[in-house]
Amino acid sequence: MSDNGLTPEIMLDMYYHMVLARAVDDRMWILNRQGRAPVVYTSNGHEAAQVGSAFALNRGEDWICPYYRDLALVLAYGMTPREIMLHLLGRAEDPNSGGRQMPAHWGHAKLHILTGGSVVATQDVHAAGLALASKVLKDGRVSVAYFGEGSTSQGEFHEALNFAAVHKLPVIFFNENNGYAISVPSRKQMAVQDVAARAAGYGMPGVIVDGNDPVKVYEVVKEAADRARRGEGPTLIEAKTYRFVPHSSDDDDRAYRSREEVAEAKKRDPIAMFEARLKEAGILTDEKVKEIQKEIKDIVNDATDYAEKAALPDPATLGDHVYGSL
Amino acid sequence: MIPKAGQTTMAVLSYLEAIRETLRQEMQRDSRIIIYGEDVGVRGGVFRVTEGLQKEFGEDRVIDSPLAEAAIVGTAIGAAVNGLRPVPEIQFADFIFPAINQIVQEAARIRYRSNGTFHVPLVIRAPFGGGVHGALYHSQSVEAFFAHVPGLKVVIPATPYDAKGLLASAIQDEDPVLYFEHKAAYRSLKGEVPDERYLIPIGQADVKRQGKDISIITYGLMVSYALKAAEELEKEGISAEVLDLRSMRPLDVEAILETAKKTGKVLIVHEDNLTGGIGGEVSALISEHALFYLDAPIMRLAGPDVPAMPYSAPLEHAFMVTPEKIRDKARELAKF
Repeated sequence: MSDNGLTPEIMLDMYYHMVLARAVDDRMWILNRQGRAPVVYTSNGHEAAQVGSAFALNRGEDWICPYYRDLALVLAYGMTPREIMLHLLGRAEDPNSGGRQMPAHWGHAKLHILTGGSVVATQDVHAAGLALASKVLKDGRVSVAYFGEGSTSQGEFHEALNFAAVHKLPVIFFNENNGYAISVPSRKQMAVQDVAARAAGYGMPGVIVDGNDPVKVYEVVKEAADRARRGEGPTLIEAKTYRFVPHSSDDDDRAYRSREEVAEAKKRDPIAMFEARLKEAGILTDEKVKEIQKEIKDIVNDATDYAEKAALPDPATLGDHVYGSL
Repeated sequence: MIPKAGQTTMAVLSYLEAIRETLRQEMQRDSRIIIYGEDVGVRGGVFRVTEGLQKEFGEDRVIDSPLAEAAIVGTAIGAAVNGLRPVPEIQFADFIFPAINQIVQEAARIRYRSNGTFHVPLVIRAPFGGGVHGALYHSQSVEAFFAHVPGLKVVIPATPYDAKGLLASAIQDEDPVLYFEHKAAYRSLKGEVPDERYLIPIGQADVKRQGKDISIITYGLMVSYALKAAEELEKEGISAEVLDLRSMRPLDVEAILETAKKTGKVLIVHEDNLTGGIGGEVSALISEHALFYLDAPIMRLAGPDVPAMPYSAPLEHAFMVTPEKIRDKARELAKF
């Protein structure tokens, strides 16, 4: 492994968060199929891209603007499994929205995770704006917008990159390219091969990285963040990855991709690959893997139980927080 | 809070100058305030509202942004969350539509959807209104689109004095405020404006003229038109009260009902087209809460239901509400 400052402890922590995200994700699908959770959006397959990028940031200080695919990201950024489950089940205590937003609409003020809507690419301009304030206030923060490749067809993606590049803002545009916008393949989304190629049109570096390798992702995001903090402006990063399961619990991916294609992609499961690599490096053992899995199972059980027992929002609060004051 | 003549030093300013001086005063007071938009820096805006501000406050605080409205509003949202008080300008209210998703589904909802953990202190300024040969895309009144949206506040000053007090309140507000400026008022309206800072609370209408026979409820440029009409009517023995709404959201329900109950005859006037305009909401409030005080049907005088204001002078004139049209409609109401 290269000289990137990643100690064995940090890499184990990355691995832990990837496994945790997959376990929480799996549990959410089970809850959905049991009729206990209305809808689920997955990060299954994207764990390396999300966790690797989170570890390269000053977590809780730098701003992230996630999209609905980013369960592993927000877990690595500090959101707890209990908070995730409270959000999934629309509980009053949900720190993302108090049960107002549908699942996977992340937002956590204390962790500097900006609340997001459902219209894709809206968060790209927010990230540029957060960075504009950082530039004016000289607060040293970097902002990161996360988005799928489908959303790069939106005008606001282009507006955000242009605005950020013109004003040399400390922002990173982090694309998780899994090849599909629900059912539409990327070749129907754009006439170029790579999202990263767009960067040249805005005068910023465009970097392609193996999104199934958390270390490589960490390295490119770290470099982009350092660049941003030096006042050298934004970077567009394209993490190539794959979504192993349907877009959501209401989707059926058999309608648009073959089982063979999915099976082939799973040979490069980011968790299995990272696990093998850590074992090879003597950082991880079979025993340690079992220990982690046991710990995570308990955590996920606790989170599920906690959220299911937690209070639902009081209908009397429907009109709260429309304005700060009138 | 609100200084009156004689208590303070005053200057006679145009509507435009009052806005510029308020921006200057607020920026001197609070270093978190930044201005940006198309041409607002070196050029001082196409109407010169921000003239001289970049020179005084620097390029970091008065920014010529790329020509992209969704990005102007969207980045302002981000900047507001991260500690600034952005006051972006949309060059013409007609150009606000590319940003409508950022305003309606983002800025207006961020406090609500985050359960009060985020909020967006943001003021979007935009010149609106017709009568200046601006045609379909430089003349529109867009306030009703936004007044429909919980989470937004919408204000329109009718005088230089109100322009200052409302803008200071908007900038101080913790939620997104749309501040629309009538472009025909920029240089035509002048008035005394105190030098010192004062606030006019958002949501407070103002009786601009006391009367007893009929009430004209309006806002924006139409306030000065209604006042002209009222002077004419006075000569005919009709006493017209003029209520300036000043705030389209929230509406001052109390003031609306008070004037309706006082005169029993209400004419609502706006330049925006009739159907779905602010007048419909004002009328509904009076019908719901003051029906038995009325001596005549509520009347509305508004822009016609055509897509937007045409360019050529006869067509534009036919679209515009004028003091004469207000006088005639008010007379009809008084005689009912």
